[in-house]
Amino acid sequence: MRSERTIDGPGKIVLSFTVNGTGVEIAVARHKTLLEVLREDLGLTGTKHGCELGECGACTVILDGAPVLACLVPAAACTGARVETVEGMAVGPALHPLQDEFAEAGAAQCGYCTSGMLLAAKNLLESNRDPTRDEIRRALAGNLCRCTGYLQIYEAIERAAARMRGAT
Amino acid sequence: MLRLPDFQYHAPRTVEEAVALKVKHGANAAFVAGGTDLLPNMKRRIRKCGHLVDVSHIDELRSAGAFEGGLRLGAAVSLEEAASNEAVRTVCPAYAEAALLVATPTIRRMGTVGGNLCLDTRCLFYNQSYEWRKGIDFCMKADGTICRVAESSPKCIAVSSSDTAPVALAAGATIELCGPGGKRAVSADSFYLGDGIDYMAKKEDELLTALVIPDQTGAQSAYVKVRARGSIDFPVIGVAVWMRRRSSDAPVEDARVVLGAVFPDPREVPAAAEALIGRALDAESIRDAADAAFRAAKPVDNTDGALSWRKEMIRVSTKRALERLGSAR
Ligand SMILES: Cc1cc2nc3c(=O)[nH]c(=O)nc-3n(C[C@H](O)[C@H](O)[C@H](O)COP(=O)(O)OP(=O)(O)OC[C@H]3O[C@@H](n4cnc5c(N)ncnc54)[C@H](O)[C@@H]3O)c2cc1C
Ligand code: SF4
Ligand code: FES
Ligand code: FES
Repeated sequence: MRSERTIDGPGKIVLSFTVNGTGVEIAVARHKTLLEVLREDLGLTGTKHGCELGECGACTVILDGAPVLACLVPAAACTGARVETVEGMAVGPALHPLQDEFAEAGAAQCGYCTSGMLLAAKNLLESNRDPTRDEIRRALAGNLCRCTGYLQIYEAIERAAARMRGAT
Repeated sequence: MLRLPDFQYHAPRTVEEAVALKVKHGANAAFVAGGTDLLPNMKRRIRKCGHLVDVSHIDELRSAGAFEGGLRLGAAVSLEEAASNEAVRTVCPAYAEAALLVATPTIRRMGTVGGNLCLDTRCLFYNQSYEWRKGIDFCMKADGTICRVAESSPKCIAVSSSDTAPVALAAGATIELCGPGGKRAVSADSFYLGDGIDYMAKKEDELLTALVIPDQTGAQSAYVKVRARGSIDFPVIGVAVWMRRRSSDAPVEDARVVLGAVFPDPREVPAAAEALIGRALDAESIRDAADAAFRAAKPVDNTDGALSWRKEMIRVSTKRALERLGSAR
């Protein structure tokens, strides 16, 4: 069960959890957020740090099946948890359909919001295989993009959803 | 990186354990649920907590549903869960509406019923980084001595910005607390104190365990929110309306109008209710109630949006909320 704490001397904790399907056990500074542990201790820099205050969605990851803002999750709260980041989306060399369609549609310009967008979209498609444009807009309401104007992002998600349903 | 200060994390499994941890570590500890309010403020060095007592894994706080004709919502129920709960949507639609208007879907999945009721008051001079606040030599609410919005004000007037709190007051809800001395329940109305610093009647060591909304038979409620960006922002105005009448043409028997994001507490406007009680809900009574809400509201310049616009939007939002009740039956 998540959240059993393992304190290892002052200022550090031993964190064991699953990241993209692989078990990880690592000693980290206890004040770190999940975002900081992913980027700094595990080298998984696909998850971005934007505002670090919950206001942009760039740090979105999937924690135990639901999207969270990794900048506001204490790493210590993740013991035993399952975390999915953008690095876990591709299977071997094969990109996830969402990643393919994002590239195809030009849904990433600077790319800073992209990993958060991809994970929020992936989560949406898991519970809703054929979302309307409005449902997509609502699901991504907390993921801000300064570049694209969002249209290419919505189109990419619609195309990926169609592909995943086998409709194209 | 904007880092958290050092803290030790605790994940108690029971209310008693959580309270005991809070008592043990005193003012150096804070309860945390979703963390979506507390953690940003810790990063801004507004809150300094050496111990975080995470209450989100306490089973007792995680159930929501119908209760004695009304509702009982555990403190650790997420806003998303509360908003999509069938019982909540039928018994008190305004609560579901308000919860669904908080922040973003991801924040609603993290944020909780209890955290939203305990949300710290907000101010443009307060929700800023340490360096920013240092630049203005701080303010009374954190690290400083005077109020930057109104320099002569003897008290802080930071704004109650919870979307669900006005609905809790309007629906006549009760807030359940558990502390080292045992349990108690306070009306939502007396839970908020109207001071930007000491904004709630909850004692330091008390855990908020549940929000209880009484029997809503024959009652109608609605919540209208105004904010800068419809996708994410805090309210710059929130209006909760509640009333009871026998049928859609019968006179209003009882009513409450509560303003959010204007004062340091969610503020009931008795004059607006009086404009409705004993009259049919029609264009005239709605206009009178909206005018009363407008007159009672004294927003100060410490949130988004120009003052005169915010004040006018109180009239508009009250009208819209009441019109929704009019058309609902
Ligand atoms: C970008 C952004 C936008 C937001 N927009 C809105 C908005 O539109 N409307 C709105 O209302 N809020 C908004 N919020 C604030 C916040 O996300 C919500 O109010 C949320 O419901 C807070 O709940 P939480 O569980 O995350 O609280 P936490 O951060 O865990 O706690 C908040 C406070 O309550 C205390 N606390 C929590 N649970 C308990 C308990 N059971 N007993 C005693 N004390 C407790 C904590 O000690 C802390 O002081 C926003 C936040 C962000 C970052
Ligand atoms: S209202 Fe005044 S004292 Fe309160 S937070 Fe704002 S500036 Fe500070
Ligand atoms: S970095 Fe987490 S929401 Fe912006
Ligand atoms: S592509 Fe630049 S922020 Fe979205």
